[in-house]
Amino acid sequence: MSASLFIEQLLNGVQFGVMLFLISAGLTLVFGIMNLINLAHGALYMTGAFLAAAFIKITGNFFLAAVLAMALTALTGAAMEWIVLRKFYGRDHLDQVLATFGLILVFNDLVRLIWGVVPVQLRLPGPFSGSVPLMLDVQYPAFRLLILAVGLLVALGLYLVVVHTRIGMWIRAGASNRPMASALGVDVGLVFSLVFAAGAALAGLAGLMAGAISSVQVGMGEPVLILALVVTVIGGIGSIRGAFIAALMIGIVDTFGRVLLPPALGSMVIFMLMAVILAFRPKGLFPVHA
Amino acid sequence: MQAAAPQPRPLLEVKGLQKRFSGIVATNNLSLDVRAGETHALIGPNGAGKTTLIAQLQGELSPDAGEIWLNGRDITREPAHRRAHLGIARSFQITSVFPQFTVLANVALAVQAQAGHGFKFFREAWKDPALTAPAREAIERIGLSHRAETHAEDLSHGERRQLELAMALAMKPKLLLLDEPMAGMGRQDGQRMTKILQGLKQTYAILIVEHDMDAVFALADRISVLVAGAAIATGTADSIRNDPAVKAAYLGHGS
Amino acid sequence: MPDISKHAASPPAAVLAASWPILVLLAALALVPALSAAVDNPFLIRLFTRVVIFAIVAAALNFVLGFGALVSLMHAAFFGIGAYVVAIFAFHDFDGSPLWIFPGTSNLAVTIPLAVVLTGLAAALTGVVSLRTSGAYFIMITLAFNQMLFYFFVALQKYGGDDGLQILSNLDFAGLNISKRVTFFYVSLGVLAASLLFFGRLVNSRFGVILRAAAQNERRVIALGISPLRYKLAAFVISGAVTGLAGALWATGQQFVSPSDLSWVRSADFVVMAVLGGMARVWGPVLGALVIVLLEALLPGLTLYWQLPFGLIVILIVVYLQGGLADLFGKMRPAAGGGH
Repeated sequence: MSASLFIEQLLNGVQFGVMLFLISAGLTLVFGIMNLINLAHGALYMTGAFLAAAFIKITGNFFLAAVLAMALTALTGAAMEWIVLRKFYGRDHLDQVLATFGLILVFNDLVRLIWGVVPVQLRLPGPFSGSVPLMLDVQYPAFRLLILAVGLLVALGLYLVVVHTRIGMWIRAGASNRPMASALGVDVGLVFSLVFAAGAALAGLAGLMAGAISSVQVGMGEPVLILALVVTVIGGIGSIRGAFIAALMIGIVDTFGRVLLPPALGSMVIFMLMAVILAFRPKGLFPVHA
Repeated sequence: MQAAAPQPRPLLEVKGLQKRFSGIVATNNLSLDVRAGETHALIGPNGAGKTTLIAQLQGELSPDAGEIWLNGRDITREPAHRRAHLGIARSFQITSVFPQFTVLANVALAVQAQAGHGFKFFREAWKDPALTAPAREAIERIGLSHRAETHAEDLSHGERRQLELAMALAMKPKLLLLDEPMAGMGRQDGQRMTKILQGLKQTYAILIVEHDMDAVFALADRISVLVAGAAIATGTADSIRNDPAVKAAYLGHGS
Repeated sequence: MPDISKHAASPPAAVLAASWPILVLLAALALVPALSAAVDNPFLIRLFTRVVIFAIVAAALNFVLGFGALVSLMHAAFFGIGAYVVAIFAFHDFDGSPLWIFPGTSNLAVTIPLAVVLTGLAAALTGVVSLRTSGAYFIMITLAFNQMLFYFFVALQKYGGDDGLQILSNLDFAGLNISKRVTFFYVSLGVLAASLLFFGRLVNSRFGVILRAAAQNERRVIALGISPLRYKLAAFVISGAVTGLAGALWATGQQFVSPSDLSWVRSADFVVMAVLGGMARVWGPVLGALVIVLLEALLPGLTLYWQLPFGLIVILIVVYLQGGLADLFGKMRPAAGGGH
């Protein structure tokens, strides 16, 4: 592998990693705080992508459309939480898995009903549609660099919010010890709704960025959801820091695995990584719950 | 002239046990022993570390330092399920039974656990007299025979405590660890339980955690007082009653 | 037969009383070929072959789900492995090329046991990792393993990759032609009946009792002196192996396998079948398989957007139908308890 190819793949891996982080952040927090497995989180990723496509058509402006799509995905997430998921907080994981599985089917068909089955292409914003030269004669797509930058910024922002603000303190308290947080006067229900909506917005953001690289289609959320679950368990359920590190790890390992290994092995390598990590640390790298 | 027979080793010896949870000392350099045939009571204010100690003896928690010996054998590093086979049976502070099984099935499982042979795939376990006969015997001993076919979740609280004890007995233990066997019981149930335990006293070494002082004084040969994870006094009922340190630290708390 | 409330004395009559609905259902299924011939509609027998094979999987899954409180989302992968073993050996038989050092074969007397063993092995390997965790971690890890095996078969270009693999040789069972529609249906039905009998014995054995006890109160099981991990692992392997057997039948019946047989959605479908049918009984999931397979066959005929009502039905089942359809024949305590 030449140095330039290595750099290009490394960038691809990190870029994939930050996208996985955007999806996993909401998943891991929702899980950590409310002990809720939400398989339908990937449906929000898909929703974000389709909404972006629709708003680009209306506004003609990629960035405006992205902001609108994120806002509406957040609302969709809040509605999902309000109408269905609230009923499942106290229920066992099996019920949660089945109900959110049902939600996936419903979302997929709703999207099919509204936007049809043909994959949609998102037009890249003008300044970002080309490539930019990096060092060592590496040409790299500008939009991927944008994703990388946005992803890292969001990660940094999330870190600051979670670690340094009052809301973040509530979130951490809720994730590590819910009864204690309630006893301290934190409105856990409200915190959860906010986290859920924010997590939905981030999943939507990831979806629309992924849609801009490849295409927007029904069912796009499910493979990604499973990767996000892998990130969540490797990082430790409820840990933002764990999710970030695990997401980068998965992004990079997956990218290089596909380049360097035979296909049957390359597609399995991240799952093997997960198995190895869990064999030694059954609660993930950064366990939150005691 | 009196070459007194050497004191036999106690059944259970605990030496310098230490356990902390993120800065809080739950067990503080604790040593105590339980002799064969002895009933040894642990008393102390809430949060003194009694249940933590029981959990370390049973193997659910592992101590940070110190040693636990059973029958002259160091079991400090043995996992919980091995200690059960070595003769330690625990009844839990919060009732811990199998709610979907009948009383008989609960106790039969304890018999089965002791007998081994879990990998028998086809014979119906609850029709196997090798399991049900000893189970019925333990149930009888604890006075629950009339409820043998009742599901554990349908039992009253007091009956569930009895079931818990029957399961412990079915394990044919050498040492019974009883964590507040009378917790949550009414006066009548409590007295009945005291009677049952008095009947067991002869057969088993017992380490009992209990708040009901009448029961403690009626049952215990020796009493240890735990405060903040440390044993501040050990002795007979009378010596404990009159111990100034105990009065200050424990009885003074208004219990 | 696994009616635990009547265990104290369960003479044959009581066993019969507790399991009459499944006996009736199996008898009714046995009439399907005759019905299919009478109305001259071969689709019926295909449809009910599907019901029977999925019922085997749902019952096998329920052994760990309903009796062990282990929510596995990788049973489609076990199903697929069993199917691919049959298909790949048949491929090499047709092709004449060896599979590494082994010759290909279309003899099911060889490939079906092989499918069972290899699936059991896969269950052992994945179980060792996933069973060290519990609860939500277990669910997510089994889902991840399902996806891993899915991608594995997608990547096997030699065996059709994404497009799947057609079985072109003539499958037989030691010379017997069992892939004829009617014969094959009865073979599958026989396997279903045998599986139910097998699991019915298992759940009341010493082994089964430990599994159920660990599902209710793992801490207590350990305090009694039993380390539950190996029992759970054994149960997982047994469940996986029987699922592999069903997969091998599936490949035989369809003469075709593809990665979509391993889709995680199908894993979730199996769980829906077990829950809908009723997890407290060994035979409950058979009812679930019947209803779900029929729904999946009928709904697409009514509307293009059939997944929408199907998804809503799944949600409603979870919200309102706690005991499953089998509870219509008398309420039953959960076999494993609220352990999950």
